[in-house]
Amino acid sequence: MIHPVNSLTRLGRGTLFLLKVLAGIPQLFVRFGLVTKQMYSVGVQTLLIILVAGLFVGMVLALQLHYTLSTFGAEDTLGLLVDLALVRELGPVVAALLFAGRAGSALTAEIGLMKATEQLSGLEMMAVDPVERIIAPRFLAGFLSLPLLAAIFSAVGILGGYMVGVDFLGVDSGAFWSQIQAKVDFYDDVMNGVIKSIVFGFIVSWIAVFEGYDCLPTSEGVASATTRTVVNSSLAVLGMDFVLTAIMFN
Amino acid sequence: MFKSIELSVGIFVGAGLAALFMLAMQASNLSSISSDGFYEISARFDNIGGLRVKSAVKVSGVKVGQVKAIDYDSESFEAVVTMQVEDKYNQFPKDTIASVFTSGLLGEQYIGLEPGGDEKLLGNQSEIRHTQSAMVLEQIIGQFLFSKASENDNQGF
Repeated sequence: MIHPVNSLTRLGRGTLFLLKVLAGIPQLFVRFGLVTKQMYSVGVQTLLIILVAGLFVGMVLALQLHYTLSTFGAEDTLGLLVDLALVRELGPVVAALLFAGRAGSALTAEIGLMKATEQLSGLEMMAVDPVERIIAPRFLAGFLSLPLLAAIFSAVGILGGYMVGVDFLGVDSGAFWSQIQAKVDFYDDVMNGVIKSIVFGFIVSWIAVFEGYDCLPTSEGVASATTRTVVNSSLAVLGMDFVLTAIMFN
Repeated sequence: MFKSIELSVGIFVGAGLAALFMLAMQASNLSSISSDGFYEISARFDNIGGLRVKSAVKVSGVKVGQVKAIDYDSESFEAVVTMQVEDKYNQFPKDTIASVFTSGLLGEQYIGLEPGGDEKLLGNQSEIRHTQSAMVLEQIIGQFLFSKASENDNQGF
């Protein structure tokens, strides 16, 4: 049962928590090893699913579009359509959804379990601020990783589209690239996609660390916090995507 | 152990930057944007049809620049199109004709320049005097129907 006052209280708590995390980020530059370690578990371990998903999304896009485009004799624009679809929408959004499922849930579960087993209070007892030591590196790692993952997703997707379109379906290789280079604008299309993925990285990392830090310190509480991370950050990503698209491509 | 984590994170960040570089150079127009300078010329049209900012400016089918801005002059009731033309194509005579063409039957619209025979050349900020508006399909159909109808009227008498 969702109660409006409770939801607003949570939103306020989340915002205050975010401010605390952001205040803890500057001291991370002295000890960047903490962030590197988290980038391994958040970024590197998500890389495989991003590579595979990007490849297949690009391949299936090329198949579907070729089927429709060939009825108009417009196969040459295949590369352009695959590129635009990936760079503008699918790269940032699908990468963010996969990231929420693979890395966000793991972050929440890890932090929630630390809370349930009183490791966070233990740190506080030793006068170590858990937000600075535990939360901030994880937040920063997620925030830095997602734009890179989204760029890899788009690039691999385009290569997958090339593989299916040019190698299997016989679209001309020169037309594939020249249409892309003539029509895809670096600032309007590619950079706006990158900005999207930066925003999504911020949102997903924020939700993941907050849900973990805010969960009920029981096994049930950790489980429902993990679920909430995936559900809420997926919805937030899709909602934000509409808003950003409306602003950028108006 | 920590060294191998650092190495894999390094590979990850490197791959991410490489992907971004590929998107920039191979999968967008960044590599084809000329680093040369541009000069600006403008032209006035009665009707520009579906011309937009960034539409191509072509001579003999070769792209030499793009539309920079489109304004409306409320005194002369004309559209004013400002074009950026690359510096290396600076040999257009003063009496060049600018027309709004459509690539293919339903394709996008662009400005086609047809060089004239004048000895003076178009410089920066100069204006093309001879222009030809876009063809608007509804107008052509309207004219066709009108002339058909008047033919029928004449036969009646």
